[in-house]
Amino acid sequence: MMLEVDDLVVRYGAATALDGVSLTVDDGELVALVGPNGAGKTSLVNAISALVAPVSGRIEVGGRVAQVPEGRQMFGELSVEDNLRLGAWRHRPKDVGPVYELLPDLRRLRRQRADTLSGGQQQMVAVGRALMAQPDLLVVDELSLGLAPMVAAQLVEHLAVLNRTRGTAVLLIEQEIGLAFELCSRAYVLESGQIVASGPTAQLRDAPELQDAYFGGLDVTGTGD
Amino acid sequence: MQDLLTYILSGLALAGSFALVGSGIVVVYRVTHVLNFAQGMLAVFGAMISSTLLGGMLPHGVAELVAVLCCAVIGVIIGVAAIGKPGTPPMISLLITLGLGMIATAVVIGVWGQTPVSPPGVGGSVDILGVSLETQRIVVFLAALVTFALLSVFFARTDIGKALTAAASNARAARLVGINTRAMGLVAFAISGALGGLAGVLIAPTTAVSVASDLPLVLSGFAAAIFGGLRSPWMTFLGAVILGVVGQLVAAYGNGSYQTPVALLMMLVIMIVRARSMTTEEAK
Repeated sequence: MMLEVDDLVVRYGAATALDGVSLTVDDGELVALVGPNGAGKTSLVNAISALVAPVSGRIEVGGRVAQVPEGRQMFGELSVEDNLRLGAWRHRPKDVGPVYELLPDLRRLRRQRADTLSGGQQQMVAVGRALMAQPDLLVVDELSLGLAPMVAAQLVEHLAVLNRTRGTAVLLIEQEIGLAFELCSRAYVLESGQIVASGPTAQLRDAPELQDAYFGGLDVTGTGD
Repeated sequence: MQDLLTYILSGLALAGSFALVGSGIVVVYRVTHVLNFAQGMLAVFGAMISSTLLGGMLPHGVAELVAVLCCAVIGVIIGVAAIGKPGTPPMISLLITLGLGMIATAVVIGVWGQTPVSPPGVGGSVDILGVSLETQRIVVFLAALVTFALLSVFFARTDIGKALTAAASNARAARLVGINTRAMGLVAFAISGALGGLAGVLIAPTTAVSVASDLPLVLSGFAAAIFGGLRSPWMTFLGAVILGVVGQLVAAYGNGSYQTPVALLMMLVIMIVRARSMTTEEAK
């Protein structure tokens, strides 16, 4: 097992962000965690990355974890290559070659300052920077946020290749269900700090819990106009 | 004409010390967003310690180096008090440095008294374009230039320099990749301690330094640092040059006691003019 989260509770003061969340990610598995804004997705990511201490519950990680944070979080004053190399701050070697192999566009941009890049390019740097730690599990928080659908789809394709060629497990936290379900074979639906549904993405697509989580129980079919 | 050149050259020499004090302020601010009001006292410590060590204890070169290293340690102590506790807001850290500056004043008075010290430096004088300048003043300017060049290389080329920049640029992302941002803050305080100490060590032979030198030094350093938007070392250097030269011209053609008000005025004008761009930088 690559990741096992068991009955996790995270609170900020009086507010409960996660209330008894359990999920697993197997070695080399692609798992999606979907849910609307404010469901507690980022709290879960931060707990897995040990940036937030849970009140109770258990997180077990079976390998090296790296995070692609929400909002890309560039070191804006530094070059693309420096951003990448800092991704391996805790580790050696700091060889950027394998990342350039997977994300060839970054080689062309390597001398450019990170804050001059487009959103999609920055997201690519964020993914590359996380890969520099040679993770067994990549936790990606809101990959598509603020990106054009085509750019996001391209990044998802990169993640699929990463998974296929290196066996890296991915936990993809997404608001865009379509995108998440395209990449992942299994998913969890988070709503108001609780997992309300889980299972293979093929079955979850039509699950009423998914509709509830996103649309508050409204039947949205055919009400577009 | 010759007089004017004299004032400009001696202003440049003075600029070296302002630049060193100012760069210490910039290094700490960039990494921790804390304004270190104790920076002037670090220069005073540098002068006092080197003066004591040169009084027969250690030879030239070694004494100055030990003084600078002592100031780096004092810098770390200030850093531990100011940012050691996680989550301390920069405003509180600023007040802590202000308080520590006052304690440092008491320590200096207790140990060295209030008499100004002026240890021996590099003797002799050099002729530049017909103007005779003390060699030590040229040493101050050149040492500042070399220090700035080394700082630039350090920040641009070394892993730890880049990690310092990363911590300054995005603390959350820095923590995520495993950079200990508090340790980086303390490294910044150590560097600024060394820079402050170096300023004190270098200027004491030309300008006697006492505990009262703290305020003019820290104000001049701040004015230079603010000229650099509290971020850019080389703009800080330029600010120091302008401040040094203008200060000397004002002293020559006006009144020597106007030098500190000139620094204050420069600081105020820049802060008002650049307020917008400085807060934008902050927001990044």
